[in-house]
Amino acid sequence: MSIAPAQTLRREAEALAAPLPPLLVAAEQLAASVQMGAHGRRRAGAGDEFWQFRAAAAGDALRSIDWRRSARSDAQYVREREWQAAQSIYLWVDGAASMQYSGAAARGSKATRARLLALALAVLMVRSGEKVGLLAPPSPPRPGRAQLLHLASLLAAPQDAGADYGAPAAEGLAPHARALMLSDFLGDPGAVEAALAAAAQRGVKGVLMQVLDPDEEAFPYDGRVIFESMGGSLRYETRAAGDLRLRYRERLAARRDLLAGLARAAGWQFGTHHTGQPAATALLWAFAALERGR
Amino acid sequence: MGALGAISFASPWLLAALAALPVLWFLLRAMPPAPLRRRFAGVALLLGLADREVQAERTPWWLLLLRMVALGAAIVGFAGPVLNPASQAVGAGPLLIAIDASWADAPSWARVQDRAARALEVARAAGRPAALLALSDLPGGQLSFGTADAVAEGLPGLAPRPWEPGEADWAALLPEGRFDTLWLSDGLARAMRAGFLAAVEPRGTVTVFQPAAPVLALGAPQLLDGAVKVPLLSNGAEASELEVVARGPDPAGIERDLGRVTALAGADADFALPAELRNRITRFEIAGQRGAGAVALTDDALKRRKVALVAAGSAREGLELLAPTHYLRQALAPSAEILEGTLEDMLLAAPDAVILADVAQVADPERLADWVARGGLLIRFAGPRMAAGLTGQDDPLLPVRLRAGGREVGGTMSWGAPRTLAPFAPDSPFAGLVLPAEVVVRAQVLAEPSPELASRTIASLEDGTPLVTRAALGEGWVVLFHVSANAEWSSLPLSGLFVQMLERLALASGTAREGVADLAGATWVAERVLDGFGALRPAGALGGVSGEKLAARELGAALPPGLYSAGERQVALNTIAPGRVLEGAVWPAGVTVEADVQAPPPLPLQGALLALALGLLLVDVLGTLAVSGRLRAARGVAVLLALLLLPFAPGPARAEMDPARALAVAGEVVLAYVPTGDDAVDRISAAGMVGLSQVLYARTSVEPGPPLAVDLETDDLALFTFLYWPVTADAAVPSPTAYARINRYLRGGGMILFDTRDADFAGFGTATPEGRRLQALAAPLDIPPLEPIPADHVLTRSFYLLQDFPGRFVGRGVWVEAAPPDAELAEGMPFRNLNDGVTPVVIGGNDWAAAWAVDGSGAPLLPVGRGQTGERQREIAYRFGVNLLMHVLTGNYKSDQVHVPALLERLGQ
Repeated sequence: MSIAPAQTLRREAEALAAPLPPLLVAAEQLAASVQMGAHGRRRAGAGDEFWQFRAAAAGDALRSIDWRRSARSDAQYVREREWQAAQSIYLWVDGAASMQYSGAAARGSKATRARLLALALAVLMVRSGEKVGLLAPPSPPRPGRAQLLHLASLLAAPQDAGADYGAPAAEGLAPHARALMLSDFLGDPGAVEAALAAAAQRGVKGVLMQVLDPDEEAFPYDGRVIFESMGGSLRYETRAAGDLRLRYRERLAARRDLLAGLARAAGWQFGTHHTGQPAATALLWAFAALERGR
Repeated sequence: MGALGAISFASPWLLAALAALPVLWFLLRAMPPAPLRRRFAGVALLLGLADREVQAERTPWWLLLLRMVALGAAIVGFAGPVLNPASQAVGAGPLLIAIDASWADAPSWARVQDRAARALEVARAAGRPAALLALSDLPGGQLSFGTADAVAEGLPGLAPRPWEPGEADWAALLPEGRFDTLWLSDGLARAMRAGFLAAVEPRGTVTVFQPAAPVLALGAPQLLDGAVKVPLLSNGAEASELEVVARGPDPAGIERDLGRVTALAGADADFALPAELRNRITRFEIAGQRGAGAVALTDDALKRRKVALVAAGSAREGLELLAPTHYLRQALAPSAEILEGTLEDMLLAAPDAVILADVAQVADPERLADWVARGGLLIRFAGPRMAAGLTGQDDPLLPVRLRAGGREVGGTMSWGAPRTLAPFAPDSPFAGLVLPAEVVVRAQVLAEPSPELASRTIASLEDGTPLVTRAALGEGWVVLFHVSANAEWSSLPLSGLFVQMLERLALASGTAREGVADLAGATWVAERVLDGFGALRPAGALGGVSGEKLAARELGAALPPGLYSAGERQVALNTIAPGRVLEGAVWPAGVTVEADVQAPPPLPLQGALLALALGLLLVDVLGTLAVSGRLRAARGVAVLLALLLLPFAPGPARAEMDPARALAVAGEVVLAYVPTGDDAVDRISAAGMVGLSQVLYARTSVEPGPPLAVDLETDDLALFTFLYWPVTADAAVPSPTAYARINRYLRGGGMILFDTRDADFAGFGTATPEGRRLQALAAPLDIPPLEPIPADHVLTRSFYLLQDFPGRFVGRGVWVEAAPPDAELAEGMPFRNLNDGVTPVVIGGNDWAAAWAVDGSGAPLLPVGRGQTGERQREIAYRFGVNLLMHVLTGNYKSDQVHVPALLERLGQ
């Protein structure tokens, strides 16, 4: 495994994430998956940091009384700590051949952009103490900057572009975690549906982000063209490509509606990002979508 | 050469290829455009979509048509079509083209050349050898035939001559063997025609081409009864109305039309012009007619000189025949304008010559000498009074020193017979004049012998005593006849020689000109000669000709028509001899005379057709790209093509100042800076102007508007009060017009503050790149002498009292207009009384704008110095700016003495 591409990817991701504040992923399932995290939640709870003293009330365990503070007055006080929690976040970046597409030499491929977005989000999460992991290739969520390096090397590693279109994997998802799936979602929507169903079963919520090239949106082709998929497995010939434009767009819109419907049903969020636009807008959107958890 | 109506083809068999077009149609039609392979990730979405139309399977009909037309145009183009082909009877054997090439050919020279070119083109196509013979410019040896191509190359160099063809030994000149002759005649009858025709007729067919237009010419102008008559000659039958123009210089020396007269061909054009105008006429010409024949040059014949006659007071009233001026008046009256009166009055009338007949002393000799020295001609005649008044002293108004008293020969008190004249010396202006035997001299005044006497004598008696002497005085001449102007001392005034001598002295212009007697004896040098088209050209290295030859008028290469001069005299040798009659040429029956029909010129269409084919193929490229869907990829190429095809339209030049901007500048005091092209420097300049404007607003009654970057090329600088001009090492030099505007601005009281921004650390303007650049920039400016700012300059006190002028740097190297050298320090005054006005430039290197610069919130933009000291320096820099603006706006008002007491007090004196 070469280190250089991983370092480049990480450097770019750090640069992209630099302007954003640390990500606070809302954890709804407090009780179930409470793990000690690095940052406080601005409310009393389990954690290491002192939060406040309060007068002891009926029901408080005896050992929770702070004797040192209570000795200075007549009442008993309980030392409360700030609630600190960490969330697990799973990333999935489509590594299939279709992601290698780029409509213009000046634009990077969709895969490049997707990896960048994923790692930038990971940087933000790690900075706020969350645990980040990968769905494929499987890498369990871990906190800390060392994990970033690990993720970067995994993402930058050459993907085996065997399949034309990728299918999201939901096997490694821990219950009640969060997930971010980056793909062009041009392949079989059934795989997405199955993955979302599996994730919903485990109480996982997340974001589907469709990364598309502007040419895939605009379909700027004319004349007699033979279209081939990136892996070469699909082939389609037309005599008047310009004539197909409207119908292609209709199909794309229908696909997007389908995906949005699937995401809504599973409590996920769906967004589209074009590689012609700045990555920061997509990062901001994903950031907001994950943080709010709505 | 195949012909199809008005179009003929150079290689008509190529047109057979057109038959292949239908085959090509089928071939092209069957071929669909090749598909484009394209990788596309969204292909999954395309699966199952069906094409709605299947048209692109075959080449679309319009593309096919385009290609057919392109191919057809190319085939027809290569076949070499020619519109209006030159269709001539094709003969065989060599072709001789004889061209008269005389002045009469000049108006229709293009037609003649065109006809010759067409004949040569036909000869070339038929492979006939050809030769070209210009009859007015015969070759030295025998003519030989060459290829028509080679002959055609010499055709454009052929020009009509200002003379007519003459007789020659045609047998020796013409080539051997049989040949056909095409004679391009000028249409005039002349003697040589028969001879040449006889020489060429036995050798082959003779075809004559002559222009249809009549030949027009101007005869010799004549001055009759104060009007100039110019005969208008024509060989045509119908008398058309023509306009004759008299041209000459106006008083400023510019050639203009001095008169226009409409006359019938064959009649005279009468010009009745005032003498002033008439004397200025240099040529007559027929309006709109080219050719040497349509031009008549004028010479002294048309000029009437103004001659002032001054005689001694006539004591003997009534003795008219004995009056000293009688014979002079008689001799000059027909050809000159005679002024009589006092010498003082006549000098005011600017005469050409002054004649003093028997005048001993002139009232105002200095004035007369001055007049002669400026180019006048003074002719004096001796006489009794003059002889009595001789003192033997040197007189500048006499060519030689005269002995006191006179000499009488042949009288009653002397022995010896009256003397006759000696023949004139060859270098004398009178050379060639015939001496009448009856001219005798009985009395004369005698010259003192002196070394220059011989060279000053232009006519002498047979015993060698001078009769006429001449000496130059300044630019003019003084001529003395040693005899009297009346018949008392000699019979010279009674003879025709007297008139001729006066004429030779350029006094009078004779009417019987160009006679042998008139012209003989002198060598005439051509000054300017006419070319065949009637334009005067410098004569170049043409040799002189004798008067006899000039009078014989055998025009040719050795004697072209033009202006000839000998000494003071000038003669115009015109193309048309006096008395010439123009007659149309008459051709014998055996000669084919071709009508002069203006045929439309042959127009080769090959280039246009091939260009059309190429253009269509280019369109086809675009069309093919569009059909096969590659146009998008080739868009860059297409844009490039379109750019190439589009004419380059330059952007509109900005030469005017925007009115709104002008209004803004004119409405307020605006501090402006000159942009350097360096963004950082320009930003600082703008911020500096803002800072200074704010300080002015806060502290003084000057309320400047927002600062501007001045555009030296377009802005009206007169509206600006003050320009700050930072100089960078690589500043662009303004255009010359911009410099003119800047100079006008400086003269109009504007001020420029040049700032080299280099702290002037190397001494003024010597070593830094900015300093050298400033020298280069300011070189074309009208900048007065400069000096380092003196301690009493008004800039030191126009608002604040200052002795330093720091900016971001502290330096004393500030230069202003130097005080006048006579500025003196008055007793008890602290300041010199200096000149008024504002110094147009202030030059320094202290980077003032940087010290003045403020940001948007009014805080200083750049640090100046260190701490409190630096702030003090900034404050002084602001004060300098305020002083500068006050100086610009109020001039030297602080230079007045009004404030002296207060200033003295403050200065602690």
